[in-house]
Amino acid sequence: MGYTVAEKILRAHSDTDHVEPGQVVMVRCDVVLANDVTGPIAFRQMEKMGTDEVFDRSKVVMVADHFAPAKDERSAILIKRLKEWSLAHGVAFYDQGRGGIEHTLLVQEGWVVPGSVIVGGDSHTCTHGALGAFSSGLGSTDIAHCLVFGEFWEAVPGTIQVTVKGEKGRFVTGKDVILAVISQIGAGGGTDNVLEFVGPGVRALSLDERLAVSNLAVESGSETGIFPADEVTAAYLDGRTEKKWDAVHSDPDASYSRQIEVDFDRLEPLVAKPHNPENVVPVSEVVGTPIHQVVVGNCSNGTMTDLRQAAQMVRGKHVHERTRMIVVPATQKIYREAIAEGLIDILVEAGAAISTPTCGPCFGGHTGALAPGENSLATTNRNFKGRAGSPEASVYLGNAFVAAATAVAGEIVNPAQVTS
Amino acid sequence: MIVSGKAVVVPGTNIDTDVLYPGIYLNIDDPDLMKPYLFEGLDPSLRDQLVSDTVLIVGANFGMGSSREHVPLAMKASGVRCVIGSSFARIFYRNCVNLALPAISCPEAAKAAKAGSEISIDAVAGKVTVDGREFVAAPVPPFMLEMLERGGLIPWAQHKLAQS
Repeated sequence: MGYTVAEKILRAHSDTDHVEPGQVVMVRCDVVLANDVTGPIAFRQMEKMGTDEVFDRSKVVMVADHFAPAKDERSAILIKRLKEWSLAHGVAFYDQGRGGIEHTLLVQEGWVVPGSVIVGGDSHTCTHGALGAFSSGLGSTDIAHCLVFGEFWEAVPGTIQVTVKGEKGRFVTGKDVILAVISQIGAGGGTDNVLEFVGPGVRALSLDERLAVSNLAVESGSETGIFPADEVTAAYLDGRTEKKWDAVHSDPDASYSRQIEVDFDRLEPLVAKPHNPENVVPVSEVVGTPIHQVVVGNCSNGTMTDLRQAAQMVRGKHVHERTRMIVVPATQKIYREAIAEGLIDILVEAGAAISTPTCGPCFGGHTGALAPGENSLATTNRNFKGRAGSPEASVYLGNAFVAAATAVAGEIVNPAQVTS
Repeated sequence: MIVSGKAVVVPGTNIDTDVLYPGIYLNIDDPDLMKPYLFEGLDPSLRDQLVSDTVLIVGANFGMGSSREHVPLAMKASGVRCVIGSSFARIFYRNCVNLALPAISCPEAAKAAKAGSEISIDAVAGKVTVDGREFVAAPVPPFMLEMLERGGLIPWAQHKLAQS
């Protein structure tokens, strides 16, 4: 019996010759990541373990992104702790103005290569599957263990194979692929599994769009969403990293817990309605819903691709008077590139507020919280009750075309119906 | 390992960690200071039902979403000794195991339990008792059982460090 990509990577990172779903193995990490929320708790747990030694400082990355720029004194103390700890232990630390949102940042900076194991104290660590890595979101006690020993316990997941086929439509993006998957298997349908994306349609997804797909894998309960490395991955990594890597593919006789399809030919832009990412409908079903705030950004959709899509929809137009639009480039580099390309000017001219890279508006931490009765359409990954401010507010999730077109209309629109 | 306590029922399925502990309070890293915000986005009155030996009764896919360990940390600090439900989201389940807070899958027991029910759990034998009625729980895999019996990942790590 052959192995899936996930099984192969886990096997190569453990001391066992054979792995199978359900088996518990210790898995070695190539990168251990934490942020200003999860890092300080991990440091506390590490102290309780009775050691201050990091297993390999070249493999540890700390990113201030959740409450950065510090929204209050308590947040400032956490960020200070993260920075001081990082400096004291000689590990990589990205401060505000020097990094960005952790997952987009790690990919951009060449920390992630195919076949590697990336763990992070953040559930959206699943994003790194976009490069053919095995990535896992963990809690802070797990991260403490990883910081000390460079490994974590893992119940080997099964694999759900997603075949993507057909011709991608004009306003259809990676976001719609993953919303289609979540819709098919449900919010808990991927529990104890990873997603693996294959098929002819995968090539139509740029690296940026793959990041969005893998990012929302956790919204189906899946541990990660893996794109086996191909020429898109290789082109992206060319000149970006000095790490050596090999593409890992599933064996033809690998065993899957489930096989599903996403057909671009039948896919239109999708929207997840409140208050669960599994409440997915075609955008046409929610057209006309009044929207008070639009957010373009976060670790799923704050890339250059997203900013270009948003700028395309608002160019020469104005954000509707009912609506506030917030755009969050995911990293400092993306921010600069968007300025150089003229995108920021287009967005500002249309009336968008541009934020420095931060997680704030996505998780209700700060910047762009919602009032009771308000509706938001966001390119983020979660629309749970109260996720972005008031529990009496509603969040709809969609791609950057839908989000920006909606900002102009003041209500949800199908970008295909908007005249430019 | 045997745990017993009084049931507090958390209604609903797909209960996410955002409603269990809203994001605005994530800039707290001391578990004792997390307690006042547990259940804040779901039903703050659930906090008033918590006693020093509480068994939480929950629905399917409990703890979905964010990896925030604030949820099980605040639960433990508030007297929760065990969580019984039909299924758990992966990261929440891991966090529970690592903190030695048993998360037991036993849908029948969860269905039978009412607020205030007397619950007893034998994780090794795979038994849950609700007001004297006995139910068979899904077996806890040996590794997770060992972790729970050791007291979680911190003592487990201490043991490994002592050996090395």
